[in-house]
Amino acid sequence: MTAMALFLLGLLSDEVYAIRGARIVTLAGAPIEKGTLVIRDGRISEVGPDVSVPEGAEVIEAGGLEVYPGIMDAISQLGLTEVSAVPVTNDTLELGDFNPQIRAATAVHPASEHIAVARANGITHAVAAPGSFGDFGGRGGFGIQGQASLVNLDGWTVEEMAISPSVGMVLRWPSLETREFDFNTFETRTLKFEDVKKKYDERVQKLGGWIEDARRYARAVAAGGETDLKLEALARVVTKDLPLLVVADDERDIRAAVEFASGRDLRMALLSGRDSWKVKDLLREKGVPVILGPTLALPATEDTPYDKPLSTASELQAAGVRVIFASFSSANSRLLPHEVGNAVAFGLPWDEGLKGITLYPAELFGVADSLGSIEEGKRANLVVTDGDPLEIQTEVRYVFINGRRVGLENKHLRLYEKYRARP
Amino acid sequence: MTRVTLILLLLAAAVAAGAETVAIRGGTILTVTGGTIPNGSVLVRDGKIVAVGANLSIPADARILDASGQFVMPGIIDAHSHIAAESINEGSVSVSSMTGIEDVLDPRDIDIYRELAGGVTTSNVLHGSANPIGGKNAVIKHRYGKDAKGLLFEGALPGIKFAMGENPKRSRGQGTAARYPETRMGVIDVIREAFTEARAYQKEWKEYENAKRAGAKGLVAPRRDLELEALVEILEGKRLVHAHCYRADEILQLLRVAEEMGFRIATLQHVLEGYKVAKEIREHGAGASTFSDWWAYKVEAYDAIPYNAALMVEKGVLVSINSDSAEEARHLNQEAAKTMKWGGLTGEQALALITINPAKQLRIDDRVGSIEVGKDADIAIFDRHPLSVYAVAQKTLVDGEVYFDRARDLERRAEIEARRKTLLEKQKGVSR
Repeated sequence: MTAMALFLLGLLSDEVYAIRGARIVTLAGAPIEKGTLVIRDGRISEVGPDVSVPEGAEVIEAGGLEVYPGIMDAISQLGLTEVSAVPVTNDTLELGDFNPQIRAATAVHPASEHIAVARANGITHAVAAPGSFGDFGGRGGFGIQGQASLVNLDGWTVEEMAISPSVGMVLRWPSLETREFDFNTFETRTLKFEDVKKKYDERVQKLGGWIEDARRYARAVAAGGETDLKLEALARVVTKDLPLLVVADDERDIRAAVEFASGRDLRMALLSGRDSWKVKDLLREKGVPVILGPTLALPATEDTPYDKPLSTASELQAAGVRVIFASFSSANSRLLPHEVGNAVAFGLPWDEGLKGITLYPAELFGVADSLGSIEEGKRANLVVTDGDPLEIQTEVRYVFINGRRVGLENKHLRLYEKYRARP
Repeated sequence: MTRVTLILLLLAAAVAAGAETVAIRGGTILTVTGGTIPNGSVLVRDGKIVAVGANLSIPADARILDASGQFVMPGIIDAHSHIAAESINEGSVSVSSMTGIEDVLDPRDIDIYRELAGGVTTSNVLHGSANPIGGKNAVIKHRYGKDAKGLLFEGALPGIKFAMGENPKRSRGQGTAARYPETRMGVIDVIREAFTEARAYQKEWKEYENAKRAGAKGLVAPRRDLELEALVEILEGKRLVHAHCYRADEILQLLRVAEEMGFRIATLQHVLEGYKVAKEIREHGAGASTFSDWWAYKVEAYDAIPYNAALMVEKGVLVSINSDSAEEARHLNQEAAKTMKWGGLTGEQALALITINPAKQLRIDDRVGSIEVGKDADIAIFDRHPLSVYAVAQKTLVDGEVYFDRARDLERRAEIEARRKTLLEKQKGVSR
């Protein structure tokens, strides 16, 4: 697309749109079987079965199509990495174990090809999170890894993209896991439990110290103390302004993290949470939501049921735990709806799955007043599809971000069209 | 032997003395090669499909597998797997054609079972991509519970791994010692050198055999070279080349060096930029076996697109979708469905990507890959159409024998958990 065309598209953001005759799944009450949705000034101005099309509105005839709230990737690395095997393209993990002051939005690259690829499959906004996720982060990891940022997947600059530069603090919980995969030698090592335990205890103690320091700092600043950027950032966690986003997978680690956060009156969400099904009662009791990683994952051990990662979401939901889904990825962010579809195949109610990538993450990150469902006055981040968005074959027809109709053009489509035309 | 298998064998023995007949009754049969039969049945005797149709008369002694409301498809074939093997890469040398997966098959690998639970019945277990010419493969059936020999797909044409690009030139380091090659120039050179030697070796043996046939006296047989022997098999069309590759330029270079040396590449594996040179791939006659949508994890995967499989199909290439992963293999049906979204293939074309097409690529399509009379009864039964994200495999059969049964798997969980607890208690006793 030429710069001029993009510029013109930019001007369209003031346009009024009317999506007419669609099935509208609002997630705020029953779906509207045949309704019209009007977008004005970047917001949903009207929605209902009998809404009339305002004069001058660009009409999108959507008979047979369906409208959903834009999909939110609750933890991603969008904008922070381009080619993961090439270290110079990665801005995911900073050195050191105490970096509460750094923010993902600082490094989000608006021109990353991954952003348009994710958007074309209906992901309209995402939390870009610093840190190490999954096994690739190494089980030996630990630290406060920085602030996660919520961004729209559209904008000329990160300032235009940012919804909130700071929505949560990422903590990689230390692990008591003794098996460690070494990516240098491609071998698994087993460490001595006593050694792991000693290091683990030191780290938890260190962490407790930081939290205490942040609490004291908040009081000191109120009394006129000097600025400390690290503690200033962490103070937002102790005042419960920001949730602590705790990455943990092993049962013991999850339990310890939940006890740690609840004992210090912190607002916590569990990230990844491979063994969360073993801890579901505690998670419910303490009101800790879980942001699950990919459902398409192998079971942790040989004797774990083959479908455990697929059924974990439904088990947690049935036990009363709030379940949110995320890609924890950049390149695979577009697959998030399919990951949820797989959880639905293994027992999760469909609407709970859909809310897990729309309304629930919006609530967790404090933006449900403007995102997560289709209601008058909310930000017009919307997806128009030809069917169930969790189903693989479903095609995304239109995407709106901030009330702007964004193109579905992306690197993959571009290459497809170019080489399809090769004689 | 797993308990499931044992019980089934006992059941089978109790029900039928002699030939065992199994009838899968009342499902939607997705034959792949002969259309869809609503409310059909498949009759299996001695592990082979003996009848397929809508109004079959079912023998009174047949064991019935009720598939009403369900979808019956050929067992899924994964053309690129690394499961069930103790080791994968002999990377110390740039040509490791003397090694083979068959020597290190691990029949206890739980992934064999986990993939059965995704409808997979056959896998092409390949050597890794550490060298331009890698080791030999093993095509296996997922007969979980059998020994290593029992896994082997008997009669399957043997194959070998080749690799191009970043992996064999080892540009990602990993702290290993320097080894030629280190560039794409070197990779092609290694292949050309190896086949130049192989042709000389082949000639030496031919001359010896001819002289022997002519009755020459005092002949000494050439010394056997196991590395070159495998390459001679390639030259003689007795061994299939499965070549790992990504970039369009390296794909083309490989096709050309093969043509120059007088052999054909059976399958290009991964072949992420295959869509750029589909014409050349078709003309060479290579198959293409690709991922559905992985991209950007390394530079040579930066131009990977999810339209790759569909575009190559459109341009006349024989295409399959593979896993290269014990996890991905569990939902190859979903990976195939992505080609309908990205590239507009039909449902039938999509299913072919994981059944009859990989069967053709591995030259086992006379045995598996579709539901046809005379073929092996390798069958997967799903509760919904397998191209839906909501489809869950219910039963998987290999040679007519049920190796995965979801209902049975669910039933056994409490028992397994109890046994696990007992073992943990015992272990505590020992360590005290």
